[in-house]
Amino acid sequence: METFDLLAQGLLAAMQVQNLVYALIGVTLGTAVGVLPGIGPALTVALLLPVTYRLDPAGSLIMFAGIYYGGMYGGSTTSILLNTPGESASIVTALEGNKMARKGRGGPALATAAIGSFVAGLIATLGLAFIAPTVVKFALSFGPADYFALMVLAFVTVSAAFGDSALRGLTALFIGLGLGLIGIDLQTGQTRLAFAIPDLLDGIEVTTLAVAMFAIGETLKTAADREQVDAQVMAVKGSVWMTADDWKRSWASWLRGTFIGFPIGAMPAGGADVASFLSYSAEKSFAKNPEEFGHGAIEGVAGPEAANNASAAGTLVPLLTLGLPTTATAAIMLAGFQQFGLQPGPLLFTNNASLVWALIASLLVANFMLLVLNLPLIGLWVKLLTIPKPWLYGGILVFATLGTLGANGAMSMGIGPVRISFELVLLLAFGILGYLLRRFGYPIAPVVVGLILGPMAEQQLRRALAISQGDPGILVHSPISIVLYVVAIIAVGLPLIMRLRGRGAVLGQLATDED
Amino acid sequence: MSAGAPNHTRRPDGAALVIAAILAAIAIVIFWQTSQMRVPPVQQRVGPTVFPYIVATGLALLSVGTLISALRRGFPARSKDDYGPIAWIIAGLVAQILLLSSAGFSIATGVLFAFTAKGFGRGPLWQTIPIGIVFAFIVWFLFARGLQLSLPRGPFERLLTTGAF
Repeated sequence: METFDLLAQGLLAAMQVQNLVYALIGVTLGTAVGVLPGIGPALTVALLLPVTYRLDPAGSLIMFAGIYYGGMYGGSTTSILLNTPGESASIVTALEGNKMARKGRGGPALATAAIGSFVAGLIATLGLAFIAPTVVKFALSFGPADYFALMVLAFVTVSAAFGDSALRGLTALFIGLGLGLIGIDLQTGQTRLAFAIPDLLDGIEVTTLAVAMFAIGETLKTAADREQVDAQVMAVKGSVWMTADDWKRSWASWLRGTFIGFPIGAMPAGGADVASFLSYSAEKSFAKNPEEFGHGAIEGVAGPEAANNASAAGTLVPLLTLGLPTTATAAIMLAGFQQFGLQPGPLLFTNNASLVWALIASLLVANFMLLVLNLPLIGLWVKLLTIPKPWLYGGILVFATLGTLGANGAMSMGIGPVRISFELVLLLAFGILGYLLRRFGYPIAPVVVGLILGPMAEQQLRRALAISQGDPGILVHSPISIVLYVVAIIAVGLPLIMRLRGRGAVLGQLATDED
Repeated sequence: MSAGAPNHTRRPDGAALVIAAILAAIAIVIFWQTSQMRVPPVQQRVGPTVFPYIVATGLALLSVGTLISALRRGFPARSKDDYGPIAWIIAGLVAQILLLSSAGFSIATGVLFAFTAKGFGRGPLWQTIPIGIVFAFIVWFLFARGLQLSLPRGPFERLLTTGAF
């Protein structure tokens, strides 16, 4: 078994003291930031990207793996102890978890979430390790037209399939695609849409856009909301340990959640929200006592939390093997890879095998660290939850601008004698855009995915057209691309029919809002 | 944002009409800018202009879709937003941008911190600005010194790290 060897080598690399320290820092920071209300995994990863700037690629990616998993864990703590969820994927957890906390069973709710996330993370990361080589082999046979079809499918599922409006989802996507056009065209060296501004020649940074949309847009929206209620933090009373009955009721839910979440993450089929929502419905129909749902059923925490984490690991399958980000979080991680000149995709597995396997092994290590760390540190995480809003959002903006300056601190613009940072001006402009998008019900994730995936799709499209000497027929020439387009059409068409038949509310709840 | 049932009155949704107009404007700008590009004949069919035209066409179609949605009032109901807090936060960001190169990271970012807190109802500024500056300095020290991130220095950073202005 080749995979075992590679994974074992990866584990050896990940177990080096230095890399263990990176992973530990990553999970701790990821959890701490992920716990903060209003910060989802996408923003956690974007805000913590600057921390990794000065590390070597392996160390940086290992820390990144920790941040990613830590951010997912942190969100579940928030949604159980606070009546407003910190990340959208945890909304379902909030339904049951918060009810459990109200009944004084916050401890077991956190425990089943943590252990469920561990079980799911373990199975799903192993799934990633074993599926990835197969996908890579398959992907090596893909031509440019097939890649383009795959990206079209990803565009459609990210923007139009879920959420309450395909129109607004697609609009958000096309705003991202439009922003992706800005800068020098890599193949011909021609300048596009730069309006003679030198700073625009390199294009728009994904991290700047993501931090602006998620941090500044969210801050503006929260500050402007008149009906905001101060969320109440539940004290964790009694034991955090689960009773024998809790274990009995949880384990099957963890496994079901894992097997729902992993495929949804692995296919370009929407984010963790979709997985946790589907898992919740599944638990409800499997439950022996469905009347308990809505009043604090432990299955309703165990299943969705496992699904949430399994789907987070699943998202890495298309990201690492195809270079295809299907969530905003994955888009930011792709940007993280690109800062080291690494392009995820089948070639990464052949050219940088040791790096990829060290990363996958680090996910296992990070997962284990989270299990050990999370429950004993509950008291600390609860303290983070009680930070008052003015300080919390003040701090978020400090770190948002810090990260942007750290990436590009050039004072390249001038107003009279004052030198100012163009990157911060962009941050402000996109922050306002992010607020407006939220205000009018547009999803954010498609903008971010469109910005990073748009130029990649264009490259594949032009390669395909160059091969066929301009004949667009090549796009539907191979069976793979035809299948992908059919799936894409179904992904748009089915929700459209559901909406027309008055089932739109269900899709609205499935909205991929945050990651 | 509370998504209510679509409101079936005759008046079109003004804000949505504006969005449709903006989308149309962006589409026109992309069309116009792309048509200005000088492309050698070999690149006409597969060159750098193909994708911008696709994106612009998409935006134009979405603008029409938004227009129809605006006329049928298909947008979700919007909460009434308070613009005072938004003004404070944007003012904080603008102040930071203007102050950075002269006053350095800590002072500029301390002002941003205090203005944001003000947007969330916490003041007075003469208390929160010093708190913000101290916080921003700690952050500056950790990142500029610990992680070698290049962050703008001002008199405050120079005084505290080298003892001289």
